[in-house]
Amino acid sequence: MQIFHNPNYNFVRWRYHALVLSWLVILAGLFAIWQRGIPLGVEFSGGSIVIVKFNQSPPENQQIRAALDAAMPGTGQNSIINSYGDPGLHQVMIRVPTVGEESGTNLSKTADAAVDALNKAGLGPIEATCKPGVTASCVAGREIVGPVVGKQLTRQGILATVLALGGILLYVAFRFQWSFAVGAVVATVHDLLITFAFLAFFRYDLSLNVIAALLTITGYSVNDTIVIFDRVRENLRGMRRDNIDHVVNVAVNQTLGRTVLTAGTTLISCLALFFFGGEVLHGFAFTMLVGVIVGTYSSVFIAAAIVIIWQGFAKRPGKLATSPAPGATAAKARRPARRRAS
Amino acid sequence: MYKNLRWKLLTVIVVFVLLFSPGIYPLLAHKYHLPIPGWLAAKQLKLGLDLKGGVHLVLRVQTDDALTIHTTTTSEQIREALKTAGINFSSIRVTGPTSFRVEGVPGDRDQEFRRLADDQTATTYDRNPVGGGSYDFAMKPNIANDMRDQAVTQAQQTIDRRVNELGVAEPNISRYGQSNDQILVQLPGISDVARAKEIVSTTAILELKIVEAGPVSTQEALLEKYSGKVPEDMEVVQAAASSGDTGFYLVRKVAAVTGQDLRSAKPTIDENNQPAVAFSLTNEGSRKFGKATGDNVGRSLAIVLDRRVISAPRIEQKITSDGRIHGSFTTEQVNDLSLVLKTGALPAGLTYLEERVIGPTLGQDSIRSGVLASVIGLVTIIVFLLIYYKLAGVNAIFALICNLVILIGLMAYFGATMTLPGIAGFVLTMGMGVDSNVLIFERIKEELAADRGVRAAVNAGFGRVFWTLLDTHVASLISAAFLFQFGTGPIRGFAMTLTLGLLANLFTSIFVSKTLFDLELSRRTAATTLSI
Repeated sequence: MQIFHNPNYNFVRWRYHALVLSWLVILAGLFAIWQRGIPLGVEFSGGSIVIVKFNQSPPENQQIRAALDAAMPGTGQNSIINSYGDPGLHQVMIRVPTVGEESGTNLSKTADAAVDALNKAGLGPIEATCKPGVTASCVAGREIVGPVVGKQLTRQGILATVLALGGILLYVAFRFQWSFAVGAVVATVHDLLITFAFLAFFRYDLSLNVIAALLTITGYSVNDTIVIFDRVRENLRGMRRDNIDHVVNVAVNQTLGRTVLTAGTTLISCLALFFFGGEVLHGFAFTMLVGVIVGTYSSVFIAAAIVIIWQGFAKRPGKLATSPAPGATAAKARRPARRRAS
Repeated sequence: MYKNLRWKLLTVIVVFVLLFSPGIYPLLAHKYHLPIPGWLAAKQLKLGLDLKGGVHLVLRVQTDDALTIHTTTTSEQIREALKTAGINFSSIRVTGPTSFRVEGVPGDRDQEFRRLADDQTATTYDRNPVGGGSYDFAMKPNIANDMRDQAVTQAQQTIDRRVNELGVAEPNISRYGQSNDQILVQLPGISDVARAKEIVSTTAILELKIVEAGPVSTQEALLEKYSGKVPEDMEVVQAAASSGDTGFYLVRKVAAVTGQDLRSAKPTIDENNQPAVAFSLTNEGSRKFGKATGDNVGRSLAIVLDRRVISAPRIEQKITSDGRIHGSFTTEQVNDLSLVLKTGALPAGLTYLEERVIGPTLGQDSIRSGVLASVIGLVTIIVFLLIYYKLAGVNAIFALICNLVILIGLMAYFGATMTLPGIAGFVLTMGMGVDSNVLIFERIKEELAADRGVRAAVNAGFGRVFWTLLDTHVASLISAAFLFQFGTGPIRGFAMTLTLGLLANLFTSIFVSKTLFDLELSRRTAATTLSI
């Protein structure tokens, strides 16, 4: 069975359209972020903790989330809900992100709003305070809680990601050429930006799960790009007379079956996660969905396009378009490339 | 051609069994109540806060401690300055965490005193005359607040380092409460909560001080020579209960070196085969230590931890960069002590306000739907691979399952904690696993289409794709290494899973899958067709 029989689509022709489209989406995303900011999950922004003591077995976490969402849209999936203390005490700890701007200093507003939400959804009645001897459901405690991932951890995470991208840049430059390395890293950054844009459009909060998904699509994007580059490198050896556009286009077509299959199977997992994974995994699954699609798109239209554009500029002086023959010995391949660029 | 096949098969089976036992078996044993040996149970996969829950601790930082230290230091600086300037005074004493009093400054030197004191303290303390040449110094309220805040932040960072050193993956540590001096620490299911609490709350202020007198069994006997009064630049410190000898030491107030001068600390064994802590000092610390020990050869050096003398060895010669802390320690105490010394002292003492068991943050319902979704995804991929690649699809599925078993086994073996972000690393690995197989199979198809023989096509497919796989995997490994080295918490967890997954994937897609193809082809004398 085979999806494509000797496909020969002209992908490379669309490279400038793709660049424009990507810029439009990224700019729209940046605009949305600038307008509304990136909503931060409770791990980043902190919030309030409410401990509710139920007079019977507490409701399922899913019910509590639904109740919070009904009264305060978007709060449910970003709350952290645990059983608290001995299970026999029927206590539940709900960590709610701060709602609204003014409530940053006002603990009771967010906490009260959360308790009201539970009452409204019929999970109560919950008394505002626990009085000794009374067996009704009640609020056993409320506190302000700071971010789990503070400024320092955020900085460190960003630093780690930037260094990781730098490592990929150097490795790809060593094994391929500089233009390939820049293409791979730009495509990866592009994927992150587009995914951020979609997170902003669809108002998903930035939680630790979403961060995990972002790291995952970084890996996916690099993997996808290198597979195509590898084929370009292989083709360059046999197609020295052809210009780079053609070589890249052939490589993209040769790997098209694999690209569709891999992206397809990964998408299946993500779709399953999105539709059956429950509310907590929504943000994660959404990010993965966008990331896989964009990662596949960017390997062809961004990474490969950058290689073509870069090599086009490098060749402008009018020399014959012979590309070096990079192989397993990369040092050999790198030197002529640099000489040509200068 | 297939003479190594037996060994390859054996390798695959051995690896499979070796990693099946710590990874999958405990999970099955738990579910179906099968017997499980203790050494396997100890190695089994740990689940994070989000999947299994853990302990919820609330601590209060005694911010007064930090302020008292600052106030004491400042008052000592003023004492030194007054001595140098030759200004007499009757006493300087600390009257509270944020205040101290200077008494008996002679009237004719009053102006000089005020200028001198303002040089030292004008930005941080308010100076109020109380008459008779006496002054009260009180820390400015905003400075005090900043300092309290800083103490809590520092405590939070120190706790974070210590918990990480303990090998607890992905704790939650955050500020807590309105009073702004509490810290919330949530630890995933660890076996020894008492030890973790002890390590988290050890202040670990280490000071090495020159002994002036002692040890003597009572404080009175110690101060006989000094007419019953502690000289102002000295202090009395009691021996630690664990040190074996009881008694009091009179030591210099100013420490020769402190914990801040440490570069590293690690457990070691001393010449009597007793556990001890070896430490090395920073350049600045070595200089100070060299001077203090050089000037005091023949006297004793008290090793004071959290205001108790652990031991007081005699200084035989000038010591500079390295030293050792003896005492009657157990091996565990030595391990814990080097851990807290290495991760730095807390700026203030801690007290526990609350300790509760908490359930998983994802909740049973979320975990159920997560598992359901993963199974649906996996089954769909399996069905798809079977339809699309027919018999070769079985190879891919076996390689994929092998990959899963190896990954979970490695994670259990290396003590990784399974959390949702970790599972994300898992998803990427499985994705790359499918990708590797698809790459190889598509290549084999291409080679077959070019009318190569079946064996040549399989060999060429694996041979060509090997370099592609190497590049994609090495690039990912490099980025995982950076994430692990420089990231924290969940990012490290992700990087760890990803690294193990990539290694497992290289093994299964190149070695296991190829072995299976070889096995299939070796049974046929003339291979002309391939079900792919």
